[in-house]
Amino acid sequence: MRALPELMDPKRARESPESAVLSRPSAFPDEVLERILSLLDTHKDRSSASLVSKAWYHAERWSRARVFIGNCYSVSAEILVRRFPNIRSVTLKGKPRFSDFNLVPQNWGADIHSWLLVFAEHYPSLEELRLKRMTVTDQSLEFLALKFPNFKSLSLLSCDGFSTDGLSAIATHCRNLTELDIQENGIDDISGNWLNCFPDNFTSLEVLNFASLNSEVNFDSLERLVTRCNLLRILKVNKTITLDQLQRLLVRAPWLTELGTGSFIQELTPRQYADLETSFKGCRNLQTLSGLSEATALYLPALYPACANLTFLNLSYAALQSEELARLLAYCAHLRRLWVLDTVEDKGLEAVGQNCPLLEELRVFPSDPFDEEIVHGVTELGFLAVSYGCRKLRYVLYFCRQMTNAAVATIVRNCPDFTHFRLCIMNPGQPDYLTREPMDEAFGAVVKNCPKLQRLAVSGLLTDLTFEYIGTFAKNLETLSVAFAGSSDLGMQCVLEGCPKLRKLEIRDCPFGNKALLSGLEKYESMRSLWMSACKITMNGCRLLARKMPRLNVEVMKDEESNDGQSYKVYVYRSVAGPRRDAPPFVLTL
Amino acid sequence: MGRASGVDEDPASLNLRETELRLGLPGSQSHDRSKPTLAGVSIFGKDLEFSLSPSKNSAAPVSGAKRGFSDAINGGKGVGGLFSPRSGESSVNAHQSAASNSKPLSKEGFGASPQTKTLQEKKSQAEAPATKAQVVGWPPIRSFRKNTMATNLAKNNDDTETKSEHGCLYIKVSLDGAPYLRKVDLKTYSNYAELSRALEKMFSCFTIGQCAANGLSGQDGLTENCLKDILHGSEYVLTYEDKDGDWMLVGDVPWEMFTDSCRRLRIMKSSEAIGLAPRAMEKCKSRD
Repeated sequence: MRALPELMDPKRARESPESAVLSRPSAFPDEVLERILSLLDTHKDRSSASLVSKAWYHAERWSRARVFIGNCYSVSAEILVRRFPNIRSVTLKGKPRFSDFNLVPQNWGADIHSWLLVFAEHYPSLEELRLKRMTVTDQSLEFLALKFPNFKSLSLLSCDGFSTDGLSAIATHCRNLTELDIQENGIDDISGNWLNCFPDNFTSLEVLNFASLNSEVNFDSLERLVTRCNLLRILKVNKTITLDQLQRLLVRAPWLTELGTGSFIQELTPRQYADLETSFKGCRNLQTLSGLSEATALYLPALYPACANLTFLNLSYAALQSEELARLLAYCAHLRRLWVLDTVEDKGLEAVGQNCPLLEELRVFPSDPFDEEIVHGVTELGFLAVSYGCRKLRYVLYFCRQMTNAAVATIVRNCPDFTHFRLCIMNPGQPDYLTREPMDEAFGAVVKNCPKLQRLAVSGLLTDLTFEYIGTFAKNLETLSVAFAGSSDLGMQCVLEGCPKLRKLEIRDCPFGNKALLSGLEKYESMRSLWMSACKITMNGCRLLARKMPRLNVEVMKDEESNDGQSYKVYVYRSVAGPRRDAPPFVLTL
Repeated sequence: MGRASGVDEDPASLNLRETELRLGLPGSQSHDRSKPTLAGVSIFGKDLEFSLSPSKNSAAPVSGAKRGFSDAINGGKGVGGLFSPRSGESSVNAHQSAASNSKPLSKEGFGASPQTKTLQEKKSQAEAPATKAQVVGWPPIRSFRKNTMATNLAKNNDDTETKSEHGCLYIKVSLDGAPYLRKVDLKTYSNYAELSRALEKMFSCFTIGQCAANGLSGQDGLTENCLKDILHGSEYVLTYEDKDGDWMLVGDVPWEMFTDSCRRLRIMKSSEAIGLAPRAMEKCKSRD
C-alpha cells in the first residue's frame, strides 16, 4: 500500500494533535479509504484497522467482503449484517471440537438455516459459504441454491444433517458454482445422482471434492463434467471411481493441481497400466495427492511420475507398508505436508526423514485405534527419525502407543519451530514407557524449546507440573487440548493465568474442579471458548461462573457417560448475542 | 526360534520358563513375554540391533517384560486392549522392568501412577480389565475416519471369495510369547517361501535374531530356508485359522487355497501344536 503514511500507520494517526488526521475535512475521501482498506486481507489486520478511529471503523466495515466467525453463537446474524453490509463470503464454525468425538449429543444446535434467512435479505449477492461442524439440512441447501444467484463456493467440513438430495439442489440451481467441497460429513448418502444434476451448459467448476461420499456416481456424467469444465484444478473423487476411470479423467484434466484418486486397486491389463502411467506423467502441475484407498505396491509406481512437484501427500486412507512408502517418497523430494497411517511403522518414518528435508507438517493416524488386540504402529523412534531428517517440521499430529520424555526432548531440540504439537499416546494416562515417569518433562521440553507454539495437545500420564510448564513458557499458545491429565486444580489455574494468548481450551477427564473453573473468570472473555467434560465441576460452580460473568454463555449438559450422575459437560464462550435461543432441552444455559 | 531355546542368556531363560506354557487363542496370549532380549522393540520393524544386545541398545531399555511378564506370572489374565506397549528390553533388567510396569487402564488408569515394584501390585493391576472401547471418544479420531477404517476392516474380514483379485488381505499374525500382533497382507506374497521369509523377518528377533546375536547370522541357510524348516525341531510352528474356525498347520494345501481360507496366522509353540496335524508335524520332524 502506497498511501499516506499517517493514514496507514494507526499509531501515528492516534498520536497526531487533532487525534486523527482523518478529521480534517476532505483530507481523504471515504471511498478512497475504503478502497485502500479493501486491500487488507487478514481478519487480524482488518480488526486492527477498525479500531483506529471511527472513520476507519466505518471504512473497514463497508469495505469488508469476507468474514470469519469462529463460534457461530458468539454473534448473531442480525448483528453481523448490521455491521458489515457488503459481505460476499462467510465462514462459520459451529459445534465444539469435541463433537467430532461423539461428546456432544445430536441436535445440539449450530443450524445454518436461521443465518441463511438473514443473508437472503441482506447479502443477496453472497458468493461463498464455508461451514465447519454446523448442522445443514437439505432444505437449507435448496434455499441456498435458489436464493443466491451469484453463489459460487460451498465448503462443508464435518457438518451433518443433509443428504445427497441437498447436493442435487446445489448442482441444479447454482449456475455460477466454482467450488463444491464436501468433506467428512455426517451425510445421508442416498445416491450419486446429484452429479447428474449439473446442467449440460454448466462449465464454471474449479473445485470438486466428493471423496468422502460412498455412493457410486455415473461415470459418464463425471467425465463429461470434467471435460467441459476446463478451469477445473482440484478434483477429488470417491472410492467408486476405478483406476481406469481415473485414467480417463486425468487425460481430460491434466492441469489439475490437486487430485484425490478413487480406489487404487483393480485388475489392470498391462496396456491399461501403461495408459495410467502415461496419464500421471501428464499431470505436471500436481501439488496435492490424496485418496489412494486400498493402494497396493502393485500400482503405486504408476504415480511416481506425478510426484515431482508434490507438496502435500495425503496417504491417511491408504494402508501402506514401510517399503511401499519409502519407494514412493523417493520421488517426493519437495514434500511439505505428509499424512500417513501408522501401518508404515517406524521404518516408514525413517524413510520420511531421509527423503523429505523440506517437510513442515506430519500427521500419523492410527489404523487400528480401537482394536482390542494391540497391533503395532509407530513409536517414539519413528518420530525421532523424522525429526533428525526434517528440521523444518512445524506441525505434527502423532498417534502412538508409546513415548518417552527423552525422545520428545530430542525431537524438539531438532525441530524448534513447532507451531502445532499434537501428541496422542493412545493409552490414557500412560507414563514414559522406559522410565515409568510421567510425561511432564516431554511437554516441558516442547514449551521451552518451541517459542512459536500456537497449538498443543497433551497426552500420557501428566501431573500439574506439565501445566506449570505450559503456563510458564507457552506464551504464544492459543489452543490447548487436555485429556486424562493433571493432578489438581492448580494445573488448570497455571494455564489460565500463564498463557496470555489462549483462545481455546478443551479439557476432558481431568481432576479440575470449581476452583480451577472460577480462576479464569476474566480470562474467558478474552477466549473463544472453554470446554470441560468429565471433570470435577459441579452445577454450583457453573452457576457461580454464570452469575459473575454475564457476558459469557455458560452451557451445561448432563454427562451421560459418567457413572455417578454428577458429572457435567460445560461449554463456556463469550458472545455479544446473549444466550442462544435455539438451545435444545438437554442444554441448560445458566 | 528353535535355536533360541537354551541359547538365551541366563536372565532370559528365567522369563522363558514363565512364558512357556499357555494354551488358548492368540489374543489371550498376547501378553506373554518371550525372552526379554527379544522384547517388543525389535519385532516391530525396529532395528534388530536394538534388541540383540543390551549394550548396543541406545534406547536404553530398562523395562523389559512389562505387563506380559506380570501376566505370565499371574496366569495371563489379560486386559483387552489397554496396556503399556512393549518397551525396549534388557536381558538383565527384565525382572525390575517387569515389576515396574504400571498398567495403564482406560478410565481407571486416569490418575494411575507408576507403582512400586512388587509383583502383588502388578497382579492387582493386571486383573482389572479395561478395553479401549469403554472410553467414549478416545482416542480422538473423527467419526468419519473411524467409520471408514471400520469399513475397511470389515471388508478384510469378509469372505475372501468376494474380494477382488488385487484386494488387500490383511490378516493378523500372532507369535506366542510376543505382546503384539502384526498384520500382513497375504496378497503381497505368492508362495509359502515368501510368506515365511517375511514372517521370519518380522519376528526374527525371537528366533534368528537371537542366533544372529550369537554370531550365527552368517549362515546362509538361516535366512533362506522356509520358516517351517527353521522351526522344525524348534519350539514353534506356523499355524492358521481357516474360515471354518479350525486351526491348521501352514503348508499343507496349495498356496491359492491357503490365501483363500486363511483368516489368521499364529506362530504357535510346537508343544501346543501337537493336536493339530500330526502327520504334518512328523513331516517336519523328519527333516531333521
